Amino acid sequence: MESKKLQVAALRNGTVIDHIPSDKLFQVFNILHLESCSNMITVGNNLNSDKIGKKGIIKISDRFLEEEEASKIALIAPNAKINIIREFEVIEKRSLKLPDEVRDIVQCQNPVCITNHQPVRTWFHMLDDEDSIQLRCHYCERDIKLEDVRIK
Amino acid sequence: MKNRSLVSISDYSKEEILSILDSAADFEANPNRKTLDGKVIATLFFEPSTRTRLSFETAVNRLGGRIIGFSDAATSSSVKGETLNDTIRMVSCYADAIVMRHPLEGASRYAAEMSPVPIINAGDGANQHPSQTLLDLYSILKTQGTLEGLKICMVGDLKYGRTVHSLLMAMSHFHPTFRFIAPDELKMPVEYKSFCRKNDIPYEETAELSDNFNDADILYITRVQKERFLDLIEFERVKNVYTLKNNMLDHTKPNLKILHPLPRVNEIDQDVDANPKAYYFHQAQNGLYVRQAILCKVLNA
Repeated sequence: MESKKLQVAALRNGTVIDHIPSDKLFQVFNILHLESCSNMITVGNNLNSDKIGKKGIIKISDRFLEEEEASKIALIAPNAKINIIREFEVIEKRSLKLPDEVRDIVQCQNPVCITNHQPVRTWFHMLDDEDSIQLRCHYCERDIKLEDVRIK
Repeated sequence: MKNRSLVSISDYSKEEILSILDSAADFEANPNRKTLDGKVIATLFFEPSTRTRLSFETAVNRLGGRIIGFSDAATSSSVKGETLNDTIRMVSCYADAIVMRHPLEGASRYAAEMSPVPIINAGDGANQHPSQTLLDLYSILKTQGTLEGLKICMVGDLKYGRTVHSLLMAMSHFHPTFRFIAPDELKMPVEYKSFCRKNDIPYEETAELSDNFNDADILYITRVQKERFLDLIEFERVKNVYTLKNNMLDHTKPNLKILHPLPRVNEIDQDVDANPKAYYFHQAQNGLYVRQAILCKVLNA
């Protein structure tokens, strides 16, 4: 534990998003619109991780994620962990959970889907198939693999 | 259920499918009725499809209903930029049900959510066309006397062909055996094969047409659709890959019927038309009775 504390500075109150795959770090950054967030933020990337090799981590002080934000992160980094910190203590560790359905978050990749042409909110159903997780568009019924998901 | 729209064949249970086919047989025996007397049906064809539109409009006319609508988006206010939502809300003030064809996939599902009156999907891009599937089922039932335990060979464009995909899903209720005959470029997509495996539906795949349907009850042939190809060189390579000729039917089963959603190009030689096993023109006529049955179901008439 000691060495981890040295890698990234401690947080008093706020949220730590840990175990983000390194190549997804900046997508998570964008999902949370951290470029326009004035809170204190620490970002680390390519840190050594026993679990996933290289990982990214984001610490945001005084901010706690909305459910929708957590769903978005779950879609692109389902194995990331969210720690909620109060007074330097981790008071809650949350695993991300993929929602059963996703509305207005993911863009349909079918160029002739109605949602890409008319003001229709996108809507996907999660399909947990034997070998891969896929999202099925409620409208055009095409499937997207989880790793190919594009956030709107 | 929110409303009685028919968007996708999977909206109907096995029992609902069978009851539609039952009611279609009734309409075949007696197609001219006044069941829809006083009803107004809108046919909104944002993409032209003469065959499907005429079939639906004939069905309405034979049931004594009236028709409003358009056959080409160029004559509707969608060219002025009106959203589908607005068109549907406006038309649903006038009509008791809406038959809709749209080039965008998912358009019908969306319309069904917005519309206070039932929507019948008459095709949304390459996605769904449930009345076609129901008329295919009706043709199979009528010619074979059963839907159970049949051997069905699907030939041609099995990759992009929505009719074969919907037929596969619908037939899955009835213990079929499939053989998929397609060139490598146009093979049945993985998700449908894994659907078969999960539902214990046996299938084989081959790229060779000749002699591979002698044990079949149904030979379902599809056109290779030019409009689905991004690469026209690839289209040229596969467009005439199979042509069914009359002499290829010599050793087939006596109950075999050849189905094709039409229009056909070169995949069935004209010399097959006179063979009693050729069923594609009757199949189109069956569409009328099936659409009468669908209209009555969605309108609770």
